[in-house]
Amino acid sequence: MSQEIKLRVSNIEKSFPGVKALDKIDFSVRKGTVHALCGENGAGKSTLMKIINGIYKPDAGQIFIDEKPVKIQNPIQAASYGIAMIAQELNYVPEMSVEENLFLGRLPTNKFGKVDWKKLRRDTIKFLKDEDLPYEPDQKLKTLTVSDIQMLEIIKAISNNASIIVMDEPTSAITQREVEKLFEKIAMLKKKGVSIIYISHKLDEVFQIADDITVFRDGTVVASHPAKDLTMDDVIALMVGRKITNVYPKEECPIGENILEVENLYSKGVFKDIHFHVKKGEIIGFAGLVGAGRTELMRSLFGLDPITSGKIKIHGKEVKIESVHDSIANKMVMLSEDRRRYGIIPVRSVMENASISSLQKFFYGGYWHSKQEKEMVGNYFKKMNVKTPTLETTIQSLSGGNQQKVLLAKWMLLEPDILILDEPTRGIDVGAKFEIYKLMTDMAKQGKSVIMISSELPELIGMCDRIYVMNKGRITGELQRDEFTQEKIMKFAT
Amino acid sequence: MVEKFKKSKIMEKYSIFIVLIFMVVICSLLDKNFLTKNNLTNVARQLAVGTILAYGEMILIISGMLDLSAGSVLALAGVLSVSFYKATGSLIGAFLIAILVAVICNLINAVMITNFKAPPFIATLAMMTVARGAALLYTKGQNILQLGKYVVFGQGDILGIPTPIIFLAVITVIIYYLLRHTALGRSLYAIGGNEEASIASGINVKLVKYKVFIINGILVGIAGVLFMSRVNAGLPNGAVGYEMEGLTAAIVGGTSFSGGIGTTMGTLAGSFIIGSLNNIMNLTGVDSYVQQIVKGAIIALAVIWDIRSKSKKTSKVILVEEKQDKQLNLNLN
Repeated sequence: MSQEIKLRVSNIEKSFPGVKALDKIDFSVRKGTVHALCGENGAGKSTLMKIINGIYKPDAGQIFIDEKPVKIQNPIQAASYGIAMIAQELNYVPEMSVEENLFLGRLPTNKFGKVDWKKLRRDTIKFLKDEDLPYEPDQKLKTLTVSDIQMLEIIKAISNNASIIVMDEPTSAITQREVEKLFEKIAMLKKKGVSIIYISHKLDEVFQIADDITVFRDGTVVASHPAKDLTMDDVIALMVGRKITNVYPKEECPIGENILEVENLYSKGVFKDIHFHVKKGEIIGFAGLVGAGRTELMRSLFGLDPITSGKIKIHGKEVKIESVHDSIANKMVMLSEDRRRYGIIPVRSVMENASISSLQKFFYGGYWHSKQEKEMVGNYFKKMNVKTPTLETTIQSLSGGNQQKVLLAKWMLLEPDILILDEPTRGIDVGAKFEIYKLMTDMAKQGKSVIMISSELPELIGMCDRIYVMNKGRITGELQRDEFTQEKIMKFAT
Repeated sequence: MVEKFKKSKIMEKYSIFIVLIFMVVICSLLDKNFLTKNNLTNVARQLAVGTILAYGEMILIISGMLDLSAGSVLALAGVLSVSFYKATGSLIGAFLIAILVAVICNLINAVMITNFKAPPFIATLAMMTVARGAALLYTKGQNILQLGKYVVFGQGDILGIPTPIIFLAVITVIIYYLLRHTALGRSLYAIGGNEEASIASGINVKLVKYKVFIINGILVGIAGVLFMSRVNAGLPNGAVGYEMEGLTAAIVGGTSFSGGIGTTMGTLAGSFIIGSLNNIMNLTGVDSYVQQIVKGAIIALAVIWDIRSKSKKTSKVILVEEKQDKQLNLNLN
């Protein structure tokens, strides 16, 4: 690890109409180190990274690479300087295949410019084998989970021989095992002299991997120190400007009788022998690795995918769930993992996104009760602290955390008894995360139930009463709250 | 910031009407006959068919689909309707037959698209060819002439107002009501905006798609009656290309080709803008081939404008997001 500075920015300023996003930023990354960036959404980290990657141009200030001043006009220029960026929002084309995506922009061609598909296939197979990835080269991206796709993006960037890699929330969608794989790769990259800028809300990971930590708040750098000189509480305090206690607002709630019982659930080729139950007032966690089948199980439970056989009982009565409508009728709702694909309707307003599952509440008696819709949705937004300029604002203008809260409001409007959450806090800042945890606890206090799929073990351990662990389509273990440890969970997951 | 936001939204909302006014002014300057009662009444009669088709295209595009078969189905429904009238003398029967035929064709479209997952472009393209063939087959390629009282639909008037305009007005109100005051209308916007998210939110997407094609069928059927009665003939080759004009009117009127956005009044304005353009080209004696080139150019411009205004919206979006996050307060214990 050297004292040599690989990348330095000096006095960077960036404003947008009405907002000063970056204010006199000085920031430097030592060669061959991992430099973590922490800060709330809107603190300026992504803006600075976009400047480094050539997506924005700074209003003022200089960028130096190896102490030589550079002008980065666009991402292609950035790439020529050795900068690679792994974005947080996974933009992928569902119909594209793994091999096409892997070599996007650099498909092997013969001398006539025609794509050499055979070489592409060979290279892809070798690559997948070297990296120990279980995908087929011709698999379409839409068959992969969000985790898989994020993993592919990471490995793609690493293999492109960059000397500065920016990773924006790289572990938000992948599981523990893959995080470890990623950290091994990062260690290897460091040895090779690659510098890594690591943006993450997961402070425990940051402290595992970072050599230096810089904290952003409100567009300025509030602190920049070697990681060994800081504690996690210090960083949180610097990020929010005050101390917080109680990251997981778990409370003891009265547990009632079974609200959901699943017996012998089987979906051919996807999951098998699924038995579990959920009691009133419980928060149940589902842990496991990628491909364990958790999302698939919940999608089937919710009526999005078909079940081959098995029983589902709600309030002791057997029910047939063959569509989302059936599930909603039984007061069971689900917040999907991939909110871009299954969650938000980007061009419509936040109000319409929130009311979409409750249309009959506002369209009756032959006309649209718009005032009622505004009031009802407005109330839920207030309760859940959704920050939006107006109710008519399009949802795609909101930050990830606020979008997630709008989607939650959508489900809460139905007053559900069972709330299924698939990776609810992925890529969301500390503040919004906390609000989602509080919502879960409030549900439990009212005698409702929550099922949470999560790849963040601390979150599961902090919030759940019981955790089921899945592996390869089966439930391999069940843990009670007093026996929760990361090791036990991982043991069942592998 | 919120104030500026509202102002630009209002500008966007009413810009199409400003274009319409502009259009009318220019047209009246180019030819003094434009603003006469006679001419405007003619324009309005002519526009009824086009606008009704445009409404059909609009509701389909909003929900993420489209209909290339409108012109052909119009012709098929029209000739069968005319033929029915000549055989039975029943005006009401003929009217209903037109609707029935058009609805059946559109249900077939719906089945292809929903049950067989055919892309709407391909499915309605197929129907376009088949319906036209059926119309020609039925009439053995001949026009059906001398429709007698049938012309009352397209050429009559009630209390001095031409019947096509009354049809248009009533249908405009109904479509407006549908989009704004019904759950079905709201679902169209959702499905066009993100179909998978709509399914995951509990919307019965298949059923909605059937319903919207049925509505389209009713619209196309009515347009068929108006068209044939205006020209006083059952023309199996009539209304060729009318679906393109319907699409253009919808898009010029602000319906986004990528779905999830569109308004009744906007489409009405779009249709009138194109109608005025056609009319002024006729009045000033522009060669009909030149007119065709102009129409094609308008379609291209309308779509390019639509795409560009969407990308402007996206960059506005990023700015709002930055400001958004800065307003984020943390409510922690």
